Amino acid sequence: QSVGFVLPPQNYPLYIRSVPTENELKFHYTVHTSLDVVDEKISAMGKALVDQRELYLGLLYPTEDYKVYGYVTNSKVKFVMVVDSSNTALRDNEIRSMFRKLHNSYTDIMCNPFYNPGDRIHSRAFDNMVNSMMMQVC
Amino acid sequence: MEQGPAGGSSAAAAAIGGLFVPLSETEQQRYSELFSRCCPPPEAAAGGSSVGELFRASQLPPDTLHQITEVCGAKRVGYFGPAQFYIALKLIAAAQSGFPVRIESIKNELPLPRFMALKNDTEVRYGTPAEFHGVKFQVPHATLEKNSYKRTDEGDKQEPKSPPMSPICSPPASPSTYQRIPLSYGYGKGRSGLEQQHGAPYEVRHSTHQQDGPSSGNYGAKSALTCSTPNRSLSVEREQQDSSTHYSDDPWRITEEQRDYYVNQFRSLQPDLNAFISGSVAKNFFTKSKLPILELSHIWELSDVDCDGALTLPEFCAAFHLVVARKNGYQLPETLPDTLLPEFLQAACLKPMRDCALFDSYSEPLPGSQQTRDFSRTEKSSAEEVPDNSALLQDGKKDDKQALKVSTTLKTIPKEFQHLTVKTAAQESNALRARPRSRSYSSTSIEDAMKKGEEPPTPPPRPQKSHSRASSLDLNKIFQQNTQAVRSGWLPPPPPALPPRPSVSQTEQPSEAELHPQMNRPPPQAEENSSAKKEVVLAQPPSKPARRKLRTEAQGLETPELSPTISVTSSLPAVKPHLPVQK
Repeated sequence: QSVGFVLPPQNYPLYIRSVPTENELKFHYTVHTSLDVVDEKISAMGKALVDQRELYLGLLYPTEDYKVYGYVTNSKVKFVMVVDSSNTALRDNEIRSMFRKLHNSYTDIMCNPFYNPGDRIHSRAFDNMVNSMMMQVC
Repeated sequence: MEQGPAGGSSAAAAAIGGLFVPLSETEQQRYSELFSRCCPPPEAAAGGSSVGELFRASQLPPDTLHQITEVCGAKRVGYFGPAQFYIALKLIAAAQSGFPVRIESIKNELPLPRFMALKNDTEVRYGTPAEFHGVKFQVPHATLEKNSYKRTDEGDKQEPKSPPMSPICSPPASPSTYQRIPLSYGYGKGRSGLEQQHGAPYEVRHSTHQQDGPSSGNYGAKSALTCSTPNRSLSVEREQQDSSTHYSDDPWRITEEQRDYYVNQFRSLQPDLNAFISGSVAKNFFTKSKLPILELSHIWELSDVDCDGALTLPEFCAAFHLVVARKNGYQLPETLPDTLLPEFLQAACLKPMRDCALFDSYSEPLPGSQQTRDFSRTEKSSAEEVPDNSALLQDGKKDDKQALKVSTTLKTIPKEFQHLTVKTAAQESNALRARPRSRSYSSTSIEDAMKKGEEPPTPPPRPQKSHSRASSLDLNKIFQQNTQAVRSGWLPPPPPALPPRPSVSQTEQPSEAELHPQMNRPPPQAEENSSAKKEVVLAQPPSKPARRKLRTEAQGLETPELSPTISVTSSLPAVKPHLPVQK
């Protein structure tokens, strides 16, 4: 399973996509708790402006094992991804590239003059991209 | 389904280019009946739309039908003659029996092809041309009624149609001819059945979107062999289209009138046809169409192929076309149809721009696709090809269009050409996308920040932030200069673009002389447009608060821009007063 979130600085989700749609709430909860860790990391790195990616957060609960990855852009838009730990084939680089793709698609959305920053994201191109990415992962 | 006598051919056989396919009695009877149904007696070839309808009634997937059309030779010869038709029917039968679509499969005896009941299309036939005749945005209610009649399962689409009609009439306030343009054409007209080949992926995608409702409603509409289109100035083209390929009946294909209309609208927003319309300008313009923001957003997403937040002329035409289509009740496609791709539109869209002799410059933005076009055009091997590249763009494109209109032999070639351009266009657009991406990736975050910082409706104030996307800086220069010199700096990184500009603008003086008559047109046109915004946006940047930064730069560079202009184009003294007024 995997879940992707896009959150602006105000920390409400602009975009949520989970591949298996059950247990979504649990993932939502996980993402929200991870936001604290994200914020902590953001404040920690004062000088580096460009934050390519964030650490694999290591939220590995004993019972359910999944990994949460975070990524922050310079405008404090956060992308959070939750993937199943059983999916050991996922390497760091892949996660990075996934975030890069997310980021690119996000800037594409930004290009759209009809999109107001802070709106939920309804772009079909973005959806397609996220779907294909998630299919790849699962 | 009874089978005819095994093996032996009976009275008739279908022959295609030497291929001899025997038909049994029953087959022959059925086929000739179907053929006469599709093809009113005096004509030699079956009407494309009725053929398409018939094929669809066979309930085969569109790809199969596409294949069948190809195999039976209709594509090659460009129409469904009796031979092609019979072969196609046999292929349908083969496909329905599970055989692959090949000539070999039909050499055997096959059951008759099965078609579900074909709808009576006569009622729709005559409804359609009248329906879309005339008014695009000032649609009389009769048209709306017709729309609803035709698309009974599109109740929800009527809403977007009815309200927007009148308000939008202000921007296209231009002559009434324009009103009929966007509508008139392909939407109602002969939806050639062969269109399905081209629109097949489109159809398939939309099968869940009630698309089949409107599509079949429209497709059932008679083509237009004769009764159609008073609107269409290209009656020759029309005739061939209906009997021939998908090509021009495609709702996603832009006709001449439409293109001219779009180009004029583009001009009213941005006199320089080679430059962009920025995001906010376009947004204001398209918002007038009163489509929901979500749909406009999607239209933008579809048409802004290079994702730079601005619309070039082809992109603008595509976007406008999609708006028109949406307002006429068509569902928006998931991806941009082939005929609306900028590379594809470039050829035709730039026809009016040939007058400006700005062709070479325009080739720069899409160098890759240009090469593609050249390559594919040489593949076409038509006589029009000219070795010289720039001449190729001008003449080749013009001839390209004429070839489309007139020559039947090229019918299949344009399709391949189209596919070739599409395939490579997709690569090109990806490449184009990848380029700014790779270049600006390191500073993408900065762009993000600046985008966030802006008030929502305004696109990022690219001019002041520099770097990140090179195109943004060039946009800056575009608005400053407002000349054709811009495009030289469009794709290459900004710094090199600066030095060449003055020299380029100098060399462009002769063409500017040509440009002036056209620039004369936009001012009167802009004036008569009641919407002040469009005119204001370009003509008077100062009045828009969001354009503060651009204005100062624009004003700063206006004088240097004008002075070379004035010094050279002394032959057009009347024009120059216009420039300051306009600006």
